Amino acid sequence: MTEQPYSNFKATLAIAKASFRSIIRSPSSVVFTLLFPLIFILVFGFISGGGVISVDVGVAKTNDTLNPVYQALKNVSVVRLIHSQTPEQMEANLKKGSIDAILNIQKNTKAPYFTVNVQTSKASGEKAAILKSALNNIFFQINSHVPDAPPPVAEIRESTISGREYKTIDFILPGQLGFALLSTGVFGTAFVFLSLRITLVIKRFFATPVKRYSIVIGEAIARISFALIGALFIILIGRFAFGFTLVHGVVTVLNMLLLSFIGVIVFMGFGFVVSGIAKNESTVPPIANMITLPQFLLSGTFFSINVFPAWLQPISRALPLTYLNDALRKVAFEGASLFDVSHQILIMCIWGIVVYAVAVKTFKWE
Amino acid sequence: MAKQPIITVKNLVKNYGDFKAVKGISFEVYEGEIFGLLGPNGAGKTTTLEIIETLREKTAGEITVDGFNIDTDAASIKKRIGVQLQAAGYYPNLNLSELIDLFSGLYGIERSPLEMLEKVALTDKARAKYKELSGGQKQRFSIATTLINNPRIVFLDEPTTGLDPQARRNLWDLIREIRDQGTTVVITTHYMDEAEVLCDRVAFVDGGNIIGVDTPDNFIDKLVAGGFERPKQVKLASLEDVFINMTGKEWREE
Repeated sequence: MTEQPYSNFKATLAIAKASFRSIIRSPSSVVFTLLFPLIFILVFGFISGGGVISVDVGVAKTNDTLNPVYQALKNVSVVRLIHSQTPEQMEANLKKGSIDAILNIQKNTKAPYFTVNVQTSKASGEKAAILKSALNNIFFQINSHVPDAPPPVAEIRESTISGREYKTIDFILPGQLGFALLSTGVFGTAFVFLSLRITLVIKRFFATPVKRYSIVIGEAIARISFALIGALFIILIGRFAFGFTLVHGVVTVLNMLLLSFIGVIVFMGFGFVVSGIAKNESTVPPIANMITLPQFLLSGTFFSINVFPAWLQPISRALPLTYLNDALRKVAFEGASLFDVSHQILIMCIWGIVVYAVAVKTFKWE
Repeated sequence: MAKQPIITVKNLVKNYGDFKAVKGISFEVYEGEIFGLLGPNGAGKTTTLEIIETLREKTAGEITVDGFNIDTDAASIKKRIGVQLQAAGYYPNLNLSELIDLFSGLYGIERSPLEMLEKVALTDKARAKYKELSGGQKQRFSIATTLINNPRIVFLDEPTTGLDPQARRNLWDLIREIRDQGTTVVITTHYMDEAEVLCDRVAFVDGGNIIGVDTPDNFIDKLVAGGFERPKQVKLASLEDVFINMTGKEWREE
């Protein structure tokens, strides 16, 4: 019998291959990673009529509706102008959040000829930013019509700012993607390692020359590949079925996948911790839900965290999914580079270090 | 045949806290034999086996497997043994040939799944999942996974528990075939009739001690020479013989 040097690489790949096959045949992982997020995307995509979010803006009745700012704003489809309410009503509604902003456009006799007073509330959240960006856009157009107009260089800049609609899908998809990564990372990893331990599959592995790190890395390769394929699938469906905004096209997709990669590694750390703490398969869901549910609700999956009460916001801002969602949205809609979201990446990495430090302590092989 | 020890166990001790599971046992397994570890539940059979299989740490003692010391060369030992665990599961959602592929990878070698399944007459189940197999098929598949790395020794922990008489005989034939191809077999069982017909030598383990090692025939002869008599006259056939005679030796697929 000739002795071949043992290959840890082959063993790792064999585990990755086996694990990947197992994942794609397991109904729960497919449901969590693909079906669940897609259903949410579909529901939200259709609920808000064509996927357009609307910013409700109250306008004082006394306002001159013929001024160019008002006229231009009327043509912005996202903005819905309401001028049936009294100032008192508008103020009350703004507080309640049933309107997102109050506009008051003043006409001046000399430059600047128009002063637009915008009043928003904390509850306005993302919508305030959309309104501001629409206004900036309009200002830019108007300013360029006055005699000493800026040089044409600016017009190129203008084309990148304007015409980008902030649709529901642009908010919902990154949130769903982030949550899908969280689910597959936590639940998938926890279940696999717990069941391999309980059914003695890992013990049987240890009777072969395989190294422990090969098992962990092999499983991780499979889980991450599956999560990233799922992410790509969600992004493509979002793009082609609902017009999800990908500012820089393929580059944006790659950046989103890289963020997903970092995210799923961090979330798998939670999975390792859960598999170590859980005694059997029925204790996995309660423990895993303690990790995923707060993030599902508080990390800006469905609503912007700005709408939460002030006391809740620090909690939201402590959760790793918040930063993944935030980074995904910035990259996809604002065209931010990975460098621009380095703050979010840094916080995810800190979470990763903490979680894996705990995982090393709690993880059990037998 | 010169009796060459392939496994040597000297003064093996295993304590779980205060509980002494194995209390300094010594024995040898010879190359090319079927060696049976017999004893009641909790006697320390599985613990002993798992220590030799490098799956458990020992408290004290010395073990050599195929010339390798278990303390310094566990990795080399793993490469040349095949292990069937009591009640071990297999990777979920994979079919038999994918599982063989997985194990080939774990050993870092290339084996054709069909060739391995043919050895245990499971080629027609290549696309089936492990959990869809009958009890006897499961055990045969487990044995197939122990043969992937052409091991020098295979360890089988209660491979026939829960099988019907036909499946049991079928497995005996398979185990003899493995021995006849030059592989040493170490087996545990609760069935003395099985040990009697299958094992070349047996060791009795009780309360963490070995209380005798010999061939089944020698054990029986010694007992009879000591004046032992069965209370009831032995018949020339057992009820199991009747069962096999009436239902046929044919292996039943469920």
